[in-house]
Amino acid sequence: MSTSTPPTETVNGAEVAAEGREPQEVNHARNPKSHILLTIAAWACGILFALPVLWMILTSFHKEEDAATNPPSLFAPLSLDGYRSFFDAGPWPPLLNSLTASVLSTILVLLLAFPAAYALSIRPVKKWTDVLFFFLSTKMLPIVAGILPIYLFAQKVNLLDNIWLLIILYTSMNLPIAVWMLRSFLAEVPVEMLEAAQVDGASLMTTLRKVIAPVVMPGIAAAALICFIFSWNELLLARVLTGTVAGTAPVFLTGFVTSQGLFLAKVCAASFVVSLPVLAAGFAAQDKLVQGLSMGAVK
Amino acid sequence: MSAETAEKVASDETARATRLAKAGDWSRRAPLLPALIFVIILTQLPFIATLVVSFMNWNAYYPDERGFAGFDNFARVFTDSNTRSAVIVTILLTVLVVGISLVLGMAIALLLDRKFMGRGIVRTLMITPFLVVPVAAALLWKHALYNPEYGLLNGTLKAVLGDNAPQPDWISNNPLLAIVAALVWQWTPFMMLILLAGLQSRPLDVVEAARIDGASSWQIFRSMTLPHMRQYIELSALLGAIYVVQNFDHVFTITSGGLGTANLPYFIYQTFYTAQDYGRASAAGVVVVIGTILIATAALRTAFSLFKEEGK
Repeated sequence: MSTSTPPTETVNGAEVAAEGREPQEVNHARNPKSHILLTIAAWACGILFALPVLWMILTSFHKEEDAATNPPSLFAPLSLDGYRSFFDAGPWPPLLNSLTASVLSTILVLLLAFPAAYALSIRPVKKWTDVLFFFLSTKMLPIVAGILPIYLFAQKVNLLDNIWLLIILYTSMNLPIAVWMLRSFLAEVPVEMLEAAQVDGASLMTTLRKVIAPVVMPGIAAAALICFIFSWNELLLARVLTGTVAGTAPVFLTGFVTSQGLFLAKVCAASFVVSLPVLAAGFAAQDKLVQGLSMGAVK
Repeated sequence: MSAETAEKVASDETARATRLAKAGDWSRRAPLLPALIFVIILTQLPFIATLVVSFMNWNAYYPDERGFAGFDNFARVFTDSNTRSAVIVTILLTVLVVGISLVLGMAIALLLDRKFMGRGIVRTLMITPFLVVPVAAALLWKHALYNPEYGLLNGTLKAVLGDNAPQPDWISNNPLLAIVAALVWQWTPFMMLILLAGLQSRPLDVVEAARIDGASSWQIFRSMTLPHMRQYIELSALLGAIYVVQNFDHVFTITSGGLGTANLPYFIYQTFYTAQDYGRASAAGVVVVIGTILIATAALRTAFSLFKEEGK
């Protein structure tokens, strides 16, 4: 929602009182005591939500026998054994598969989504809202409802356990999100500027570079981030359609828990390593995350 | 120039104009087509194939018995208690996860919509759960938190309450709630992020004025914040529901669909992948899609009203 609509209801006389005042940060708590309490509550929430992840990281650096104690041994000596046994289990092929599938499908998504978003905003086709909502409706079609024909088709044309099958499917999975996002950004390109560029005889490339790109680059970044995360995380399709060759990191993780012996440190190390690209990308681009998750509706 | 030639030129002009307009139509459509065709082929065709298979007797273990089955698969889907349970689990899971995440997300967004020390750090801490790969998160909850012998939950109980502390088996006692909790942990940050963006787009001068006018925090929240937040709440609920309805990773990892926690995605996966009953899996898939269409129509209407309000 790029334009914030003013609240429909106003408290009596609010507007009169607002005159001549600078807008300022809401201070919910006037008295310092409740301000401190609310601050403590906010910190408590943040720590509580991050705690399982912090626990995962700490456990991943413990020896197996220290990881599985009750009560927990917080201050046990640190060790890299968990990571050693994770990397000994051959995680590189699945990690590389995940990287290939996520990066290539993200590039494909952007290549297909950008022209489509252009045709839905700047030079809109007729009934462009219908098209836009068709894209959104495909996101609501459960993947699981189409997985069997895809599996049978892939079997027939020998595409099972082939990374390209995942690349194509991840592209179709993320394309609607990217079209929505890029459209909402392209819709903000000032049309007068486009017209001026046209009158000046600017070529399409120049128009793209000078007028459209500056407005749309943040949108492209947000779309790329979100497409990468969703492809990297995907499990169901990868589990059904790949095997030993094209298996991705999430599939590798599901096969990582053994029934015998202690494995907690190893599982925590594996979970942390597999999540690391998403954590890094998400932290680096926190503001893009909101835009991406809301499909461009929140800017 | 004679009148005739002038007329001819004029009619040539109009012909050219219509041709240009038509070419314009196609030049407008052209950039859209690759994406549109791509999505249609990969999302609509498989579903049509699913529809066809749903009317067939087709089990990969009995290849000779393949043939037309009429409505048999649907009859089995509707009478089978497993399917019915899968439908209920799916609804429960979605409603509980989206509902709880929304309320928690709203509360935390309100806490973060103030200036205080370390606000940026708390925001970063809050979004961490959403950035853990779902399978990894499910593994983490199952083994590092819920495990009755050495999980963090029971470990904390023992550390705080001593050796006689209760040591419940979290997953076996409440399998569905165990999945709900793990999902709420991941989806609350998502809701919080969108709702916080909504809160920060409030026109603050009006809120401030209302406060000076003596309105209580609750009054301001009810009559000013909530109406403004409606579209953000709807948006986050809609998007959250789209993803939670389809959840597979947590059910697969935490309970493997056991203990009555199989939702529809897991049930279909099992029917098709393990039992190889293609006909029945497809029929269940068709049922899911019809159910989704019913819900999605309502959701799309919401999305559409949001879209109109955006003013584009």
